[in-house]
Amino acid sequence: MKFLSEYRDAAIARPLIEHIKRTATRSWTMMEVCGGQTHTIVRQGLDELLEGVVEMIHGPGCPVCVTPLEQIDKALILAARPDVIFASFGDMLRVPGSSCDLQQIRAQGGTVRIVYSPLDALELARRHTDREVVFFAVGFETTAPANAMAVWRARQLGVRNFSVLVSHVTVPPAIAAIMAAPDNRVQAFLAAGHVCSVMGWTEYEPIAARYHVPIVVTGFEPIDILEGILMAVRQLETGRAEVENQYVRSVRREGTPAARLRVEDVFELVDRKWRGIGEIPMSGFRLRPEFAEYDAERKFGLDDIHVDEPADCHAGEVLTGRLKPPQCPAFGTRCTPDHPLGAPMISSEGACAAYYHLARYRGVQPTATAGLAS
Amino acid sequence: MTTASSLTLACPAPFAVLDRVQLGHGSGGKMSAALVRERFLPHLENRALAQLGDGSVVNVGGVDVVVSTDTFVVSPLEFPGGDIGSLAVHGTLNDLAMMGARPVCLTAGFVLEEGLPLSLLDRIVQSMAEAAQRAQVPIVAGDTKVVERGKADGLYINTTGIGAADAQFRPQPHLAREGDAVIVSGAIGRHGMAIMAAREGLAFETTITSDSACLISLVDDLRNAEIEVHVLRDPTRGGVASALNEIAAASAVGIEIDESALLVPSDVRAACEVLGLDPLYVANEGVLLAFVAPAHIESALTTLRAHPLGRNAVQIGRVLADHPGAVALRTWLGGTRIVDLLPGDQLPRIC
Repeated sequence: MKFLSEYRDAAIARPLIEHIKRTATRSWTMMEVCGGQTHTIVRQGLDELLEGVVEMIHGPGCPVCVTPLEQIDKALILAARPDVIFASFGDMLRVPGSSCDLQQIRAQGGTVRIVYSPLDALELARRHTDREVVFFAVGFETTAPANAMAVWRARQLGVRNFSVLVSHVTVPPAIAAIMAAPDNRVQAFLAAGHVCSVMGWTEYEPIAARYHVPIVVTGFEPIDILEGILMAVRQLETGRAEVENQYVRSVRREGTPAARLRVEDVFELVDRKWRGIGEIPMSGFRLRPEFAEYDAERKFGLDDIHVDEPADCHAGEVLTGRLKPPQCPAFGTRCTPDHPLGAPMISSEGACAAYYHLARYRGVQPTATAGLAS
Repeated sequence: MTTASSLTLACPAPFAVLDRVQLGHGSGGKMSAALVRERFLPHLENRALAQLGDGSVVNVGGVDVVVSTDTFVVSPLEFPGGDIGSLAVHGTLNDLAMMGARPVCLTAGFVLEEGLPLSLLDRIVQSMAEAAQRAQVPIVAGDTKVVERGKADGLYINTTGIGAADAQFRPQPHLAREGDAVIVSGAIGRHGMAIMAAREGLAFETTITSDSACLISLVDDLRNAEIEVHVLRDPTRGGVASALNEIAAASAVGIEIDESALLVPSDVRAACEVLGLDPLYVANEGVLLAFVAPAHIESALTTLRAHPLGRNAVQIGRVLADHPGAVALRTWLGGTRIVDLLPGDQLPRIC
């Protein structure tokens, strides 16, 4: 298949793996930021193929993992209302809130629709004028332009029964927060290619300089990721700390100005909570005041709901690479893929779920490593 | 099951006890298995049901009879490559075929929704009749019920199949053994993606057609060629991944499959990429998995490939003594990943 098969070619991938092994004189620890990259790494077994050379830490770039409990709870409240059609990307349906998840709300009678685009949610609103349609606007800078577009378009069309529950976060503040943590182990980053295809990479240049950390803008196919790793290893081996672009077929330094403009039209920067990590200053978006009528929190009076995540939650330490999943006291006992407690156990490529399956495959009962809980 | 109250102190996201049926209970994954295990078997337990196969073998006056039943709730009712009528015939006949039975007859029960166009009903019943005729299996009993508008999705069909068991050829899910070859009879993922693409709300066009087909004659060819087949399975809902997991668990063996050997049509792969789905978990309705003794691999492939439905038959893996109960996939690059049962429905990914 054009644009896919050429990036999944073993004749290119195998020499790249050898090249990485030859280039690395020691073992390096790097973080792929985006959940899509984690997906490729786990599904293709790239981490296993590079064992002992590069340790990949699965970063916080997955909306399923970092959308805070508070916003999930608000989603559950909205989806349970009989006058609301709640529209969401598919994999948010399994994310547990304080009491249940969206699938259970649907079983209890709530109307929850999976959509592939926020514009489909807007279309739902135009078809169901007797209902309120709320779209769960989650994600990073990648989904922000389309989500912004839906709101912008709703205003343009005068659609009144459409609103968005915003839980948008941005990548650069999270990278800076990880680097600033005293026990940080990350030595290089693979930045998220699609985020940069919107935003470009100028925001990453001060971070690379300040923390002296290589950042390679990387795509999502196996060969993209191997190339990104090789570029990062080369930087580490030669003591460089620059922003480089592996994903040249999609990303330019300035990103996509039209998309950025639409995001800036509709959203403004704000402090945001990250599930398991806590609040990071100026790390997310909210609707600008002129679009307030499309803000579901305001429309349905949810502004005052605040849910604190328990202080002994370990998901944040897993997401920032400070704790390996088996070191969590709940791993494999109270927390399993069937009954996930934290987000990294939810999706099959979540760090905890990946460890869980691997342990079972190797004939080990997946349980917490005694005495390692922090 | 963990209770919510025991979690509040220690977990970031207490997970409530399930107290209602969810769509995921119908997915063919872990939730479906738990529903059967926890809600049905405790009340209905008996020796025939305990086999937990595609159907049961019951002894009727000294003759082994195979019984299987299936209910069809597909939307849309007509889709590229088939409709609910032919699907309801193929599905149940295939379940009989997977047990090595020779189908004798079918019954059909209909739940019709008020307002269903009679012309549509005509087309569906005619399609059923044609499918039954092609398979030379008569539909010998039927029932209809009508429910108010809004209480059913147009039309539901239940079919039950009766077949004669074959004492010489009786593959079963628990009979896989170390060394068996895992063979798939054709390209995977077509039915599920044809349905998804045809479903309202997906704004892309594809050329994908369902693979819905009756597999009786394909199984007959294996039988007549005297292939030593230990397990036969049609990987319907939950796809190849779920079927292999069930077999690995039932036989207490490990299964390893080779990603490069799997045939996924390019249109199916493209649709899966766009929607963030894994073709291994997508439903098939005209493909079978056969676990074949090592000495019979070549003859099994030759036999299958001589049949129009088995032209693309290929060995995709083998049975191991290692990691009993688990299915491992060797990626095209030589890495390994575990292919587990999904908890519920496969959900499209954001990123």
